[in-house]
Amino acid sequence: MRRGYLDRLGQSLLIAGVTLAGNAAVAAFEVSGFVAAEARGFAHAPLDARQRHHSGSLVVQPEFYTEWADGEQSLLFVPFMRLDSADSERTHADVRELIWQYVGDGYEFKAGIGKVFWGVTESQHLVDIINQTDAVESPDGEDKLGQPMLSFSTEQDWGTVDLFVLPGFRERTFSGAKGRLRTTPRVDTDRESYESGAGRRHVDLAFRYSHFIDSFDFAVSHFYGTSREPTLTAARTNSGEVVLAPFYPLIHQTGLELQYTDESWLWKLETIRRTGQGSTYYAYTGGFEYTFYGVVQSQADLGVIGELLYDERGESGPAVFQKDVLVGLRLALNDEESTELLAGVITDLDDGSHLFSVEASRRLSDNLKLSVEGRVFADLPTGAPFYTVRRDDYLQLELAWFF
Amino acid sequence: MRKWLLPLLLTLPLCELSAATPEEQGLALAQAMDERDTGWNDQRAEMTMVLRNKQGQETTRKIRTRGLEVIGDGDKSLTIFDTPRDVKGTAFLSHTHATKPDDQWLFLPALKRVKRISSANKSGPFVGSEFAYEDLTSQEVDKYTYKWLREEDMAGRKVAVMERFPAYKHSGYKRQIVWVDLPMHQAVKVEYYDRKNALLKTLELTDFKQYMDKYWRPHTMNMVNHQTGKSTALTWGDYEFGVGLTDKNFTKNSLKRVR
Repeated sequence: MRRGYLDRLGQSLLIAGVTLAGNAAVAAFEVSGFVAAEARGFAHAPLDARQRHHSGSLVVQPEFYTEWADGEQSLLFVPFMRLDSADSERTHADVRELIWQYVGDGYEFKAGIGKVFWGVTESQHLVDIINQTDAVESPDGEDKLGQPMLSFSTEQDWGTVDLFVLPGFRERTFSGAKGRLRTTPRVDTDRESYESGAGRRHVDLAFRYSHFIDSFDFAVSHFYGTSREPTLTAARTNSGEVVLAPFYPLIHQTGLELQYTDESWLWKLETIRRTGQGSTYYAYTGGFEYTFYGVVQSQADLGVIGELLYDERGESGPAVFQKDVLVGLRLALNDEESTELLAGVITDLDDGSHLFSVEASRRLSDNLKLSVEGRVFADLPTGAPFYTVRRDDYLQLELAWFF
Repeated sequence: MRKWLLPLLLTLPLCELSAATPEEQGLALAQAMDERDTGWNDQRAEMTMVLRNKQGQETTRKIRTRGLEVIGDGDKSLTIFDTPRDVKGTAFLSHTHATKPDDQWLFLPALKRVKRISSANKSGPFVGSEFAYEDLTSQEVDKYTYKWLREEDMAGRKVAVMERFPAYKHSGYKRQIVWVDLPMHQAVKVEYYDRKNALLKTLELTDFKQYMDKYWRPHTMNMVNHQTGKSTALTWGDYEFGVGLTDKNFTKNSLKRVR
């Protein structure tokens, strides 16, 4: 873990924050967060003899928050750490957030390590680009690494404009030799290279305009900087092992997000145009979510999700979802325990392979929550994007204590 | 001043009664209630929600609310969850409208995601409680049609009883019967009848306090579901009025910085 730069930034921010806080009457100091234990069991013996069959993990993510000057200024610190029994790459720590915020009249300014989400669709998040994916956490790509940033945001009658200066690049995390849910050969994160001569120190820039008019919520964004998604090329280590080396090119990416909300229907579209990573291409995710409220005389809601995932580069391109369809169900029991279930299957229309996915959760007490997650990779012909994880069907249990 | 103001107010609805249909009288009462509660501008309050199941087991949620009065349209409201801890920081923003569907967004803190959500979910339970979304949103006059029933005494106080019928789509109710305390012009009891016209729930509102010599707020709201035997009690802390909240505190973008 090479986080020296981040650590230094973090320290100076913390000191700045403490100094600022010390100068004003501290109004509030809050501690919250969670500790979780996770067990993952895999259905098949691993492909690579070095990979472990099963794994156990401990996670801790506290959250420290303070505000002063009547809430005009605040400081948020969210460290994260995971200890994993199988994979030394999955055993990792991160500063998810360490950010100072100043809220003015109609504008806000942020500095530090932050987290930003862009997007509307469920199956994947094409437009979302500020934060790097913490891919060792989960194959769904929803866990993110903290991103150093300066951001300015202004909210006007005609919409919201966000401007970002992003100094310091975060490399994507990848499962190690002993970990599962990885490519074979594995990705060697010590062999990364950059198009920019500044490497990880390239300063990326981003902009987003978002607004809503009646039932339409929309946003247009542009990003210039180091791609969060590496291009993987084969390489050989000193010991002769064939590995994949990540190369991070400089890209321009323009994104569009659109949602139309019509009573029980949500219609969604995300599209990107990226230049600088191979030839210029477009990718789309679009679809709907329809919810039946109070289904079969109960208090439960049942949502039906349908999305189309398309990437212009096609079957020979690097995109996992190049012509795929998601069909999913979201069940919320609306009970005291907030029991929820999300189940879906993504079908590759080119090669017929399937990815089945289930996520469910239920509160066991005021502080304790049980989550179950399972994925099955099925009907994979040689060369299918998930061929490399064909033996990695898994079931995961997580018990989390929130405080 | 109170001494002579009170009898005057008591006679007001009675004057309106004469020579009007029950529908007109009902509407007049709803308008009078709305008028009495106009001008508060912005408010802030904390509440504890206790859910009780049939066996009497309890679970507690802590919730904060912020409201902004919008003249000429529905009010805006923000609901922030403090417990249960796994949903801490989750926030719900609603821009209500009298006639067209409300605009609603949900902030999910773990993903930092603001989601526009469907407003068709009127009849669904609010966080597993016996309160439906439609029971807690801003009660705009145009959201119902009305019918005056009678006047009666309730624990020594004069109350008006009226029926109201949801005029918005997706309501879980065929009708409601509302008991309105006439001195306060506030609902003190509501019976909810489901779409099959069977009695579903009863809400009792008590512990009223008056703020700024004008606005009455109940500090206990107890909802009993007669069909399931479950109940939910809301206990409100003191309301704060005129705390300087503006439109800017109720925007989609502001959800991300809500604490």
